[in-house]
Amino acid sequence: MRHIISILVENEAGALSRISNMFSARGYNIESLTVAPTEDASMSRMTVVTKGSDEVIEQITKQLNKLVDVVKVVDLSEAEHLERELMLIKVRAGAKEREDVKRMADIFRGRVIDVSDNTYTIELTGDGAKLDAFIQALDQSAILETVRTGASGIGRGNRILRA
Amino acid sequence: MDRVKTEELTGAEIVIRCLQAEGVDTVFGYPGGAVLWIYDELFKQDKVRHVLVRHEQGAAHAADGYSRSSHKVGVCLVTSGPGLTNAVTGIATAYMDSIPMVILSGQVPTHAIGEDAFQECDAVGITRPCVKHNFLVRDVKDLATTIKKAFHIAATGRPGPVLVDIPKDITTHRCEFHYPESVTMRSYNPVKKGHAGQIKKAVQLLLEAKRPMIYSGGGVVLSNAAPQLDDLVKRSGFPITNTLMGLGGYSGTDPQFLGMLGMHGTYEANMAMQHCDVLLAIGARFDDRVIGNPEHFAQNPRKIIHIDIDPSSISKRVKVDVPIVGNIPDVLDDFLKLLKDGKTQDIGAWWKQIGEWRGKDCLKYDRASKLIKPQFVLEKLYEVTGGDAFITSDVGQHQMWAAQFYKFEQPRRWINSGGLGTMGFGLPAAMGVQMANPGATVACVTGESSIQMCLQELSTCKQYRLPIKIINLNNKYMGMVRQWQQFFHGNRYSESYMDALPDFVKLAEGYGHSGLLIDKPADVEPALRETFKREKDLVFLDFLTDQTENVYPMIPGGKGITEMILSEDL
Repeated sequence: MRHIISILVENEAGALSRISNMFSARGYNIESLTVAPTEDASMSRMTVVTKGSDEVIEQITKQLNKLVDVVKVVDLSEAEHLERELMLIKVRAGAKEREDVKRMADIFRGRVIDVSDNTYTIELTGDGAKLDAFIQALDQSAILETVRTGASGIGRGNRILRA
Repeated sequence: MDRVKTEELTGAEIVIRCLQAEGVDTVFGYPGGAVLWIYDELFKQDKVRHVLVRHEQGAAHAADGYSRSSHKVGVCLVTSGPGLTNAVTGIATAYMDSIPMVILSGQVPTHAIGEDAFQECDAVGITRPCVKHNFLVRDVKDLATTIKKAFHIAATGRPGPVLVDIPKDITTHRCEFHYPESVTMRSYNPVKKGHAGQIKKAVQLLLEAKRPMIYSGGGVVLSNAAPQLDDLVKRSGFPITNTLMGLGGYSGTDPQFLGMLGMHGTYEANMAMQHCDVLLAIGARFDDRVIGNPEHFAQNPRKIIHIDIDPSSISKRVKVDVPIVGNIPDVLDDFLKLLKDGKTQDIGAWWKQIGEWRGKDCLKYDRASKLIKPQFVLEKLYEVTGGDAFITSDVGQHQMWAAQFYKFEQPRRWINSGGLGTMGFGLPAAMGVQMANPGATVACVTGESSIQMCLQELSTCKQYRLPIKIINLNNKYMGMVRQWQQFFHGNRYSESYMDALPDFVKLAEGYGHSGLLIDKPADVEPALRETFKREKDLVFLDFLTDQTENVYPMIPGGKGITEMILSEDL
């Protein structure tokens, strides 16, 4: 099963490697990993998307909690949560294709954020499936470059992850 | 209130003052460029004794042995680059067995980090997977707090080694010195007390058990829980087994003790593990060398209670019914309070069954042999030392025979590398044990292959007059490798024969010690008696033993815990 795990970690050199190291050393899968500081500059928030049986996910959360730099761990997928990912995608958009690409971006609520003579760069946010669907909807040969941030997640309603 | 003016000290002075404040009396190390200023400060004082090893691996193992035998944090000090990389095997050894250690390593000056400077290596990167935590100190103002944190993390929760990497320029920078009495870390708060509801549930299971079994590991030794465990076992009347790391956690001579379990455990211990109806696991981790194949283990239904300080040890290889996270002595105290009011079942039939398994006499060997049997040497070692020695071991057949035949009655007497299985551990570990326990009898049980991996430390033993007794079981083979090759590789002894062995007696003499070659069974006991009378000398006893002897029982890799090969089967 796919799980989305949120981690609050001390904003210290090496914290990211400790976490990614643990995943690789113990053979756990990482689908995506994002990290950035929070409103409290001494802490970073990390979101890891991983796959595994319930036993594996239990071990992953335990092993994460065991790391000295890790302040808190929560498996967001255990309850209602929101999940967003940002994608920047550069597509070929010559005179012929411009209209179509723009319309498709609009349907997916994407925004064109850069334009050149023959390209559009589109910004698109959503869950992973939506981004996948957008990629599928485009003419595959028109896709020049894709960058995705990996998922970020947060609990719904009053569910709060704090130190 | 008057503010006490604190003095400004250099980083090197701060390191030494921190060690003094921690009550560290012994540091094992080896100097080099990056730690010259620290060594300079060591020279100027006499509270912290420095033991100069001959190789940094020896420093780490010695600090490890010091800690295992004393319950203090072991400390070692090495220089940057090769100093640190040489110590890595010792750090990983301590990590696998959860030994509290602080490793201070020198680093190139901060401005040179990342420039491939002379003797530079990424110490925190290299050690990250084999330490509990590590630090690179980038500002002298952080130095004292970092060292305090290192000692705190190493010794609390599930213990482990912590590395502090100190760049050379930091050791010359100055700042006010203040050693914090304690540190709090929001990200690190190990639990102590176990969950009351879970403990109640566990005790209820124990009271209902018809075929109970207690299985305890290194956690009991590390947390000093042997008195509580003893109380629990005696009061309940239940059978108990210890893991390799847990030996001495319960008295090896008590009739309720079924011997060690696992790959080379006793028949009765392994059978009881498989057939019990309630299993109480304490500070142990169901590892592959203990229960073998987890699917086979799961074939028999039983309720499992698991006490451990580390939640990640619970339900890792084996699904547990009642997990209890907590400090073992605290949890067992709670158990004992509840057990007082309850009544256990009559387990006479279970003991009768265990008695039948015991009747196999699974550790028997040929006592009439004209060759020296290694088991015989260990039995005699036990007799001659009255079971009261500190025994360190290396890794292989001799280690298993020592674990089977030396009956440990107290914790912290059996010092071996169980998790990582590090050949070369025995001799330097024995140095640490002897340093922590001056006047105690210390023997290193080893083999001709293992001893050669850290042999250079014989020189350290001479310098510090460490009267360690080396029991070399010399069968001219990497015995355990040879045994596997015999069983599973069609007797093809690929590279396991130790050719061109040195004359160990002359070698010991070359280092200023004495040695003795023993090649007849009749000479074993007299040699041991003579040797242990010499309280001031290191004596190297080279026993030429039966080359074909194997360790029994044996569970082949990947097999179930009851699928044992016994000596009688062959």
